Amino acid sequence: MLQLLQLIVSGAAIGCIYALIALGFVLIYKATETVNFAQGDLMMIGGFIGLSAMTVIGMPFALAFVVTIAAMALVGMGTERLVLRPLLGQPAFTVVMITIGLGYLARGVVTMIPYWGTETHTLPVPWKDEVIWIGGEGSGLVVSVEHLVIILATIALVALLYVFFRYTRLGIAMQATSQNQLAAFYMGIPVRRVNMLIWGLSSAICGVAGLLLAPITFVHANMGFVGLKAFPAAVVGGFGSIPGALVGGLVIGIVESLAGFYLPEGFKDIAAYVVVLVMLVVKPNGLFGENLTKKV
Amino acid sequence: MHFLFKTRYEQDIALFKHGGQRFWYAALAVALLAAPWLLSEYTLSQITFIGIYAIVCLGLMLLAGFTGQVSLGHAGFLAMGAYTEAYLQAHGWPFVISLPLAALVAGITGIMIGLPALRVKGLYLSIATLAFGFILEQAVVSAEGITGGNAGLQLDKLVIAGVDFDDGTNFYYLVTFIAVLCVLGVLNLLRSPTGRAFVAIRDSEVSAQSMGINLAHYKTTAFALSAALAGIAGALYAHKIRIITPDQFGFLQSIELLMMVVIGGLGSIQGAIFGPAFWFLVQQLIVTGKDWLPPELGQQTGLQPTIFGIILVAIVLFEPLGLYGRWLKFRTFLEIFPFYRKGMFKRQKSYMKSERMK
Repeated sequence: MLQLLQLIVSGAAIGCIYALIALGFVLIYKATETVNFAQGDLMMIGGFIGLSAMTVIGMPFALAFVVTIAAMALVGMGTERLVLRPLLGQPAFTVVMITIGLGYLARGVVTMIPYWGTETHTLPVPWKDEVIWIGGEGSGLVVSVEHLVIILATIALVALLYVFFRYTRLGIAMQATSQNQLAAFYMGIPVRRVNMLIWGLSSAICGVAGLLLAPITFVHANMGFVGLKAFPAAVVGGFGSIPGALVGGLVIGIVESLAGFYLPEGFKDIAAYVVVLVMLVVKPNGLFGENLTKKV
Repeated sequence: MHFLFKTRYEQDIALFKHGGQRFWYAALAVALLAAPWLLSEYTLSQITFIGIYAIVCLGLMLLAGFTGQVSLGHAGFLAMGAYTEAYLQAHGWPFVISLPLAALVAGITGIMIGLPALRVKGLYLSIATLAFGFILEQAVVSAEGITGGNAGLQLDKLVIAGVDFDDGTNFYYLVTFIAVLCVLGVLNLLRSPTGRAFVAIRDSEVSAQSMGINLAHYKTTAFALSAALAGIAGALYAHKIRIITPDQFGFLQSIELLMMVVIGGLGSIQGAIFGPAFWFLVQQLIVTGKDWLPPELGQQTGLQPTIFGIILVAIVLFEPLGLYGRWLKFRTFLEIFPFYRKGMFKRQKSYMKSERMK
C-alpha cells in the first residue's frame, strides 16, 4: 500500500512536468491552431538558460528562475514573430513541419554552443537529493524534495494562470482570441499581438518545466524528447482543454510510474503511448475535449 | 515551351506527356545503367542509399504528399521490413519470396496503424502514428528472440539464384531496378481511381466524402501501401547495412524521412527522389567541408542537424513546393523567357481554415 502511494507520488511529479508542457501547447493550439512539436525543445532551452544563469554567471536560484522565464518568453515571442507569423493561414501540415524543423534545429544548435554542448549537466538547485519522511522517520512515505517542489510549483503556477485568465484584461483577451479569432478581432483585440504573447507565455511555462525537471533528469540536448510524452497527455485530457492537459499529464505520469514497477522492463517507456492509443480508439475527444466537428 | 494539343483521352493519363520527357527519361535510364563504369565505388554506394531512401520517401510521399496524412512513425515500417527480411533470410528463405513478404508484413502493420483512422483524423492521426512508432521500436528491443534486442541482427550475404549481390555494382542494379519499379507502380496508382481518391482526400476530406469516397477505407489503403513501400526499402536497407539495431529506426529517423519529403517537394513523385538525393549530397558536402572549417565549428556533432534544420525551415518559409518546385520555376523561367512573372506559382492563401466548430 505504502509502495503504491510512493509510486503515485513520484508518478504525479513527472506527470506535472508533462502537464506543464501539455499546457504550453494547448495554449498555443487553442489560440493559433498551431501544433507545436518543438515544445519539448523549448523546455530544453529553458533548462540550459537556467543552467547558464546559475553556473556561468553565478546567480542564485531564485534570480536564475526569473531570468529563465523572461528569456524564454522572449524566445517564444521571437519564434512566433519571425517564423510562424509569415505562415499564417497556411495548411496545418506546413506549420507542423516548421515546428518539427525548429525542434530539430534547436537540438543541433544547442550542442554547438560553447559550454552547453553534448554533455549532461547538473542544475545545482538548493534542494538537491533531499527527502522528506511523511508519517514517521524510516517507516512512512518517502518523498524526495525534488518531486515535492515540482508538484507544489505546478499547483502554484496553475493557480496563477487561473487568476490571470479569469481576472486580467490580457488573460480575457487571450481567452477571446482562442475562442474565435475573427470575433476577437472585431472587438478590438489585437489578435496578432495576443498570439505573440501567448507564444511567450507558453514558452515561459516550458522554461519553468525545464527548471523543475532538470534536477531529476539533468540538462542535456535530448532532454526535449520528454516533450513528446506531453502529446499523449494533451490527447488524453482532450486537445484544447486546459484542465484536460493537467489531468492528462497526471494520468500519463502515474500510469508510467506504475507500469515501470509492475510490468516487465520496457513498458515504462511506451506506457504513455499505449494509453493514448487506447484513448484514441475509445474516446478520441479525450476526457474533457469538446466535440470536434469540422465544418466546410 | 511545349504546347500540348490533346486530341485523345489517353494523352491525359500518359506516363510521358511529350517527346522531350521521353528523351530525358531515356537519358536518365542510360546514365543509371552506365553509372558503375563512371563512378567510384563509394559514390555508387551513396547512390544505392539514395535509391533505398527514395523508395521510403515514395511511400511517405504517397501518404503525406498525396493523401495528406502525416506519419510520424514511418521508421517503424522500415524496421518491420528490415527485421522481417533479416529473420526470413536467417531461416533460409530466398530473397525473391522474402522481399514481398517483408512488404506484406510492413503493409499489415500499416493497416493496423491506419485503423485509428476509422475514428480519428488530422492531428490525432499523427499522434497515433507517433505512438505506434515508439511502441514498434520498443517491441523490436523487447522481442530479443527474433530481433536480437539492442545488440542487433546480422545479415548474411545476399545471393539470388547463384548470383552474389554482396558486390556493390550488383546491389546497385538491384536497388535501382526495384526503385524504378516502385516509381512506376506509384505513378500508375496515381492515375487510377484509388490514386485520384487519395488526392481528393488530401484536398478536402469533406468534399471527398460527399463524392462518395470512403475516407477510412482509402486512408487505411494509403497507410498500407506506404508502409509496404517502406517495408521493401527496409529489406534493402538491411542488406545494405548488414547489421540492424533498433536505434536505427527511432523517432529521429521518422522525422528525417519526413524532412526529406518536404525538402524534395510535397505532392510530386520527383520530390521523393530529389529529397534523399539532396540529403545525401549535403551530408557529403558537410563531411568534406568539415576540414575547411575552423575546428571549433567543424568538429561539432550538432553541425549536421543545424544545417538540415535551417534548410528545412528555409524551404517551408520560402519554397513551399520544395526542390522540385524550385526546379519547375527555373524550367518555366527558361522556357518562356523573358515572360516569367513573379506570382506564377503563388500558392493560394486560405485564411484560417478552422478545424473547430465556431
